[in-house]
Amino acid sequence: MNEILDMLEKDARITPEEISKVLKKDVNSVKKAIKKFEKEGVIVKYKAVINREMVKDEAKKVQALIEVRVAPERGAGFDHIAERIYRFPEVISCYLLSGTYDLLLVVEGGDIQSVSSFISERLATIDNVRSTVTHFILKRYKADGDILKLMEKNNRIAISL
Amino acid sequence: MNKKIRISKKVEEMRPSGIREFFDLVIGMRDVISLGVGEPDFVTPWNICESVMFSLEKGYTSYTSNKGLYELRLALSRHIKGKFSVGYDPDDDILITTGVSEAIDLALRSIVNKGDKVLIPSPSYVAYEPVAFLAGAVPVIVRTDGSNNFKLTPDLIKKNLTSGAKAIVINYPCNPTGSTYTKKELLELSRVFIDNNLIVISDEAYDELTYDFNHTPIASLPGMRRRTVYLNGFSKAYAMTGWRIGYACGPKEIIAGMTKIHQYTMLCAPIMGQMGAIEALKGSGRSVIEMRREYMRRREFVVDKLNEMGLECHRPDGAFYAFPSIRSTGMDCRDFAKDLLKKEKVALVPGTAFGMEWKDRVRISYASSLENLKEAMERIGHFLKAVN
Repeated sequence: MNEILDMLEKDARITPEEISKVLKKDVNSVKKAIKKFEKEGVIVKYKAVINREMVKDEAKKVQALIEVRVAPERGAGFDHIAERIYRFPEVISCYLLSGTYDLLLVVEGGDIQSVSSFISERLATIDNVRSTVTHFILKRYKADGDILKLMEKNNRIAISL
Repeated sequence: MNKKIRISKKVEEMRPSGIREFFDLVIGMRDVISLGVGEPDFVTPWNICESVMFSLEKGYTSYTSNKGLYELRLALSRHIKGKFSVGYDPDDDILITTGVSEAIDLALRSIVNKGDKVLIPSPSYVAYEPVAFLAGAVPVIVRTDGSNNFKLTPDLIKKNLTSGAKAIVINYPCNPTGSTYTKKELLELSRVFIDNNLIVISDEAYDELTYDFNHTPIASLPGMRRRTVYLNGFSKAYAMTGWRIGYACGPKEIIAGMTKIHQYTMLCAPIMGQMGAIEALKGSGRSVIEMRREYMRRREFVVDKLNEMGLECHRPDGAFYAFPSIRSTGMDCRDFAKDLLKKEKVALVPGTAFGMEWKDRVRISYASSLENLKEAMERIGHFLKAVN
């Protein structure tokens, strides 16, 4: 069944019919499997991968990686405090890490000021947050397995035998 | 005194590929969607490229031994043993060549004497017949049948063996038809090969692109290793066409003969390509599987579409070609290809490139992105409506 997920992860628009032909499985069982994945939250959603830097005439957005050190809570560990933080829509990603800090966030805002004020007013003021270190992202080269630039067009000769 | 320069009679006698003018037409045009390409549309997996960059930095830019880097021959020997249980000694039974193309030439030249007959199926890859001819052989064309997916059968071979032959060239999965053989079919063929003492030159360059069952090298069948020159390369499976690395495995007498010619004409295959090949064998399994899946998806789309449009086409088991019939249009394949190119800017290869008798066939390569294929099929549909 993981083969179905592999194929959808590569191209969310592939149809159950195509998957069934490539994997030599019954279409209905593929459809059923996908439905089940969706229902169980294995497949969270289907969305496009967009290189924002290429979008014209749009107010640019700013992203920052933020290292956060937090004090875990008795009984809830990091989960509760993490949820306090990731529920903010400004937080694009949130990871719990091993090492010198605990949470790694990707935070997005309209400009540097709005990201900064989110950090200083909303994030750093949460009781269990001990410290933050902010790195503004200058350029995204690759995200979630996708290279974000147009690769040079394949220059094969038009006819070869 | 302006005496005309005369080139070799033999080369003059070689049949020119009758579709040169068509190729020239394609090359002069812009915005063409090409379904005429005989190579993968993927670029070589990055681990391979990166490891060659490293080897260049380390200064690996020299000749290698004539037979190829020992490390590569050893890796190949293990790879083939592990995958197909056929044993080839890296010292004596394996030669690294500059693509499978060179290996075909070397094999034929090492095997045939002037006037020996060599069976060559039709349709087949363009090189076999002229190369056999250059080697001094008399090519015997074995015409296969579209209704049998262009496969050789024991009967067909026997029929063409009436005056004996020394060798046969086989190619599966096949360029241009995409057809390939099951183990059972190969077993039946192998009996005929053995009974008639034929040497088999087996071009299995597309073996990794077999979709519906596992590929069986003919050399792995009983009695076949000692009479088979097994040819394969890195071009198709690892998207490494431009690296020009192929290999030949076989009985040590033949490999020694091939090495003799190779050392004088090629010296060795390029070391960069050999370095890349070593890396390809080490860690590219995932890329191969992903590419194969993508080809399968395209195959399903293209074959269904062609049949829907009335260009009857069997479902090829391998490679990345479809070889549909254009009989429903009543057109000659060259006119079909030319008109399609001019009117709809889609390039494909006329069937006659693969044997003069295939006037009602064209080769369509689906080594192209699905978006391209969708657009191309729409254009072909549009073209067909205007024709009918």
